[in-house]
Amino acid sequence: MSTVNVDQKLGLNKFYVDEENAHSVLKSGDIDMKEFQKLMLVCPAGLYKLDEKGNIHFDYAGCLECGTCRVLCGKTILEKWEFPVGTLGVEFRWG
Amino acid sequence: MSDDKFDAIIVGGGIAGTVAAYLLAKEGLGVLLIERGNYAGSKNMTGGRIYSHSLEKIMPNFAQEAPIERKITREKISLMTDESNVTLDYYSDLLGVQGSDSYSVLRGVFDQWLQEKAEEAGAEIIAGIRIDDLIVRDGKVCGVIAGEDELEADITILADGVNSLLAQKLGYRGELKPDQVAVGAKEVIELPSSVIEDRFNCRGNEGTAWLFAGTPSAGRVGSGFIYTNKESISLGVVSTLSDLVQGNKSVPQMLEDFKNHPAIEPLVKGGKLIEYSGHLVPEGGLAMVPKIIGDGVLVVGDAAGFCLNLGYAVRGMDFAVGSAECAAKAVLAAKEARNFSEGFLQCYQSFLNESFVMKDLTHYQKFPHFLEETPRIFDGYPRMAADMMAELFVMNGQPAQPLMKNMMKHIKKVGMLNLAKDAWKGVRSL
Repeated sequence: MSTVNVDQKLGLNKFYVDEENAHSVLKSGDIDMKEFQKLMLVCPAGLYKLDEKGNIHFDYAGCLECGTCRVLCGKTILEKWEFPVGTLGVEFRWG
Repeated sequence: MSDDKFDAIIVGGGIAGTVAAYLLAKEGLGVLLIERGNYAGSKNMTGGRIYSHSLEKIMPNFAQEAPIERKITREKISLMTDESNVTLDYYSDLLGVQGSDSYSVLRGVFDQWLQEKAEEAGAEIIAGIRIDDLIVRDGKVCGVIAGEDELEADITILADGVNSLLAQKLGYRGELKPDQVAVGAKEVIELPSSVIEDRFNCRGNEGTAWLFAGTPSAGRVGSGFIYTNKESISLGVVSTLSDLVQGNKSVPQMLEDFKNHPAIEPLVKGGKLIEYSGHLVPEGGLAMVPKIIGDGVLVVGDAAGFCLNLGYAVRGMDFAVGSAECAAKAVLAAKEARNFSEGFLQCYQSFLNESFVMKDLTHYQKFPHFLEETPRIFDGYPRMAADMMAELFVMNGQPAQPLMKNMMKHIKKVGMLNLAKDAWKGVRSL
């Protein structure tokens, strides 16, 4: 089975990224990896990544605003999760 | 309506919000609908298909005018393993009879049409504004807050979707629980309508709804789905969060593998991906319905947890319409009585109880639990079906065995008692 490239798929979506204000933020400092791994599994946009060196990465720019990470880790490793301010974020043309 | 106060403010331009706005504006109320995206539907996603019965009641013959995709006249259910797919295929004219018909839809398109209907009826719609909080005085909701701005209304209707942060702020519910929601991921894949009609055996504007248990959700509680649109296919997976985190395959990978399954790949071959979306689905049924009535406020649609996943059918949009209708009736009665108190607004609950919304949620209240408690549906049974089919159809020159013995071998893997128990529990929860 081929490994999925979600970024490529997200590239087809329409996003108005709020460059000034991240609507979703990971806590800084030591992150509970067990919690982070949950998000690597469940985030439909694959925004929670681990590189070869074991460093974690998260970019809110491709967020589909589903709220899955808030439900699972809102109280553990997320600093905040709210909706992007009006007009910004993902815009589903088809939905 | 005084100059600075609306009769009703509705938060969220999904199906529940736009239909409530339409119904109230039609009766002459001053209605403001506020949507955080750039248009109604811009943040919304469905599998998906709408069962028409509830909207048909409000807007007769809507399907002739609305931007629906295809009328669903073919229902398919499959049990899928990595290498096989066993399908039940049901075509019937009965599925297309007005009032019991259903349509594939794309919400970015469909909800905009509902927004237009609400506007035509006289509702005011502001898009691109996020409501941050509610104005609450002495426990009564008096309107909404967006940044520095405040807008007041006799009644505020929360139609802000499954994540309803506003219902949370009011303390009407806590955070969603992982066993109450499923995450869905979907690709919209563009194909010429003639190709869709050929590949899915559709006549003209008719179409197929197809649900899959088994490998699409990697054997976890969930499913794969395909809906045929006019000139695209909606293909996706959905899986319950609490179960999903026990597995080891990511949601995007599930979707990719499903799309590349040998039984699916020829159906989408040559298609062009035009959108990739994700959303939460409230699947907890009646047990997850929060407090939905307060002084000056009602909660409708996904925000109220009004959704049903029965495995063979998924319903949310018809509940959104149904609850919006009940809420509108309650608001009209409250307006008449000049009483927007929690006590008076209990009539919303009564209207819901009398409608299919509560009747069906109550009827199926044990079902979400049944699915969760019966992982064999997503794992053992697809395997069993595949192995039994292989016994029937795979000819490899080995001397034949008695059919009964062959079949029992596969049933025994699951266990006769388990099979009987699951069937009994499943039927009872329906």
